[in-house]
Amino acid sequence: MPINVISSGIMTTIQDLGRPGYYHLGIPMGGAMDRLAMRAANLLVGNPEDAAGLESVFVGPELEFTEDATVAVCGAELPPRIDGEEQPTWTALSVKRGQVLSFDFLKAGARAYIAVSGGIDTPPHLGSRATYAIGALGGVDGRAVQPGDSLPLGKASGTARPGTSVPMECRRLPGATAKLRVLPGLYWHRLTEDAQRRFFEDTWKVANEADRMGYRFQGGRPLDFVPREQPFSAGSDPSNITDACYPYGSVQVPSGQEPIVLHRDAVSGGGYFMLGTVISADMDLIGQLQPNTPTQFVKVDMETALAARQERNTLITAIRKAIG
Amino acid sequence: MSRYTFGGDEHVFVEVDEEMSLEAFFTSLAMTNAVREANIDGVTEICPANASFQIKFDPDKIHPQKMMDMLKEMEKTAEKQEAKLNTRIVEVPVYYQDPWTHETLMRFRERHQDPNGTDLDYAARINGFDSVEAFIKAHHSAPWFVSMVGFVSGLPFLYQMVDRSRQIQVPKYLRPRTDTPKQTVGYGGSFSCIYSVRGAGGYQMFGITPMTIFDPRQETPYLRDFMVFFKPGDIVKWRPIDREEYDAITADVQAGRFEPRTKDVVFSLDDFNADMDGTNAKLMEALYAD
Repeated sequence: MPINVISSGIMTTIQDLGRPGYYHLGIPMGGAMDRLAMRAANLLVGNPEDAAGLESVFVGPELEFTEDATVAVCGAELPPRIDGEEQPTWTALSVKRGQVLSFDFLKAGARAYIAVSGGIDTPPHLGSRATYAIGALGGVDGRAVQPGDSLPLGKASGTARPGTSVPMECRRLPGATAKLRVLPGLYWHRLTEDAQRRFFEDTWKVANEADRMGYRFQGGRPLDFVPREQPFSAGSDPSNITDACYPYGSVQVPSGQEPIVLHRDAVSGGGYFMLGTVISADMDLIGQLQPNTPTQFVKVDMETALAARQERNTLITAIRKAIG
Repeated sequence: MSRYTFGGDEHVFVEVDEEMSLEAFFTSLAMTNAVREANIDGVTEICPANASFQIKFDPDKIHPQKMMDMLKEMEKTAEKQEAKLNTRIVEVPVYYQDPWTHETLMRFRERHQDPNGTDLDYAARINGFDSVEAFIKAHHSAPWFVSMVGFVSGLPFLYQMVDRSRQIQVPKYLRPRTDTPKQTVGYGGSFSCIYSVRGAGGYQMFGITPMTIFDPRQETPYLRDFMVFFKPGDIVKWRPIDREEYDAITADVQAGRFEPRTKDVVFSLDDFNADMDGTNAKLMEALYAD
């Protein structure tokens, strides 16, 4: 028995933990931008952590349930309502057949993850239900959710316990000034020492062009390059390189102007230099940044990056324990 | 020795050379093949590019430094290998100066270096050709190597198999377009490409192919096994076609009757460097035998 979509907000897509293994063909791993929130929502409703749910940006959808279910909303502070009655986020909620799940205005963050017991059971492509609209993969016939869609559900495990919450200390959202830790590398040597320092000194702001492919930042001073004769086939702009792969989280700065951090639906390669990469532990946070959020890039080394990753893994373990 | 660097805690990025060359591409391909064969626990993505490559891994399973050290070891073995490739050559029909890319390039003229001409006029002029026709002939006369697949869904980058002095070079648009017709044959830097899907793009537009190269539904007969047609190492021969043949092939593609002309070939980089025209002639013989 499906969920009927009454409205779909600004952009609601089906996401899971993605389809790694095809990046060499230009098909990105995709999946939830905030993976910790997606995992937590699934755990609350008794799903495997990689089950498919919904990712809603800024505005929540309106969903009518045609059977009893458990739902959970994690990530952004986008308070859910069941038949108009306000409910807590990060909590397993009981929804009865015929009831409508809707949402209040966004209070914090950018993306809410809605998990439903049983998981959304649209056909997987290349091992995932994640929506990758450019390649028409996953989602509802390769696209985002639209009003009038019926979203099929899988079989619920029956282990969900409504009322269970994720402890406050395990919920993660960026601060008023976001801090994104960056490991310098890749084509870092292309920047002058001055530019290398400036990039980390300046406070940047999230631009309007911020989506699943990447987040653009503005407001910092332009970066300049160590002069060189451009290599054959690299292109004439000093920020050009011979087209190469782009790591997830890599920071490219076309013409030294506005940094772009590539995210889960990254283009897999291109001809712009990259100064480094946002560490894996901070990728989830990017998915929760609203336009205009002040952002500071923080220089870290590999040891710090790996310690931060461990910390994040510990957080996931703590959530599993608290819910399990 | 290549340049090794980390892309955060999950990627090792290896720049074989700053410049594009078939030597750098072959090293990148040989090393990514070696990584695939080594079947290393924790490796999740193996991505060859034109003159570089990238490995993604799970640092919970393998320490980034260990990953990098293993790759450096592999380079020593890869260096000793003969640059030989068992691959295939594919004929791709191209309708140059087609009405669809023409309509699109006219819409984005203010983003182009030469607002008064077409992309082909501009490319022919800056590469020293007397006419667009002569330029088009140069574009399809020698074969091309698929040196990278990526950007978006199955898009091939191709590098022309001629001496560097004969390489066509064209800058990208001043500002990228927000639209490019699906299956546009494009050009940027020293690379041709085929846009696998409709969307944004910065490469100059020369023509369009009726041949489907990405099919997420896998209904195209030659894409039933996998939705992406090209892989790095494929060799491509463009064949110019006119409107009539474009329409005929499009109808065949839609009816599931089209099969690209494809032959298995062995390519040796040493043989190619010793005699480029002779090697290319042999490739053509192989493609058009029978």
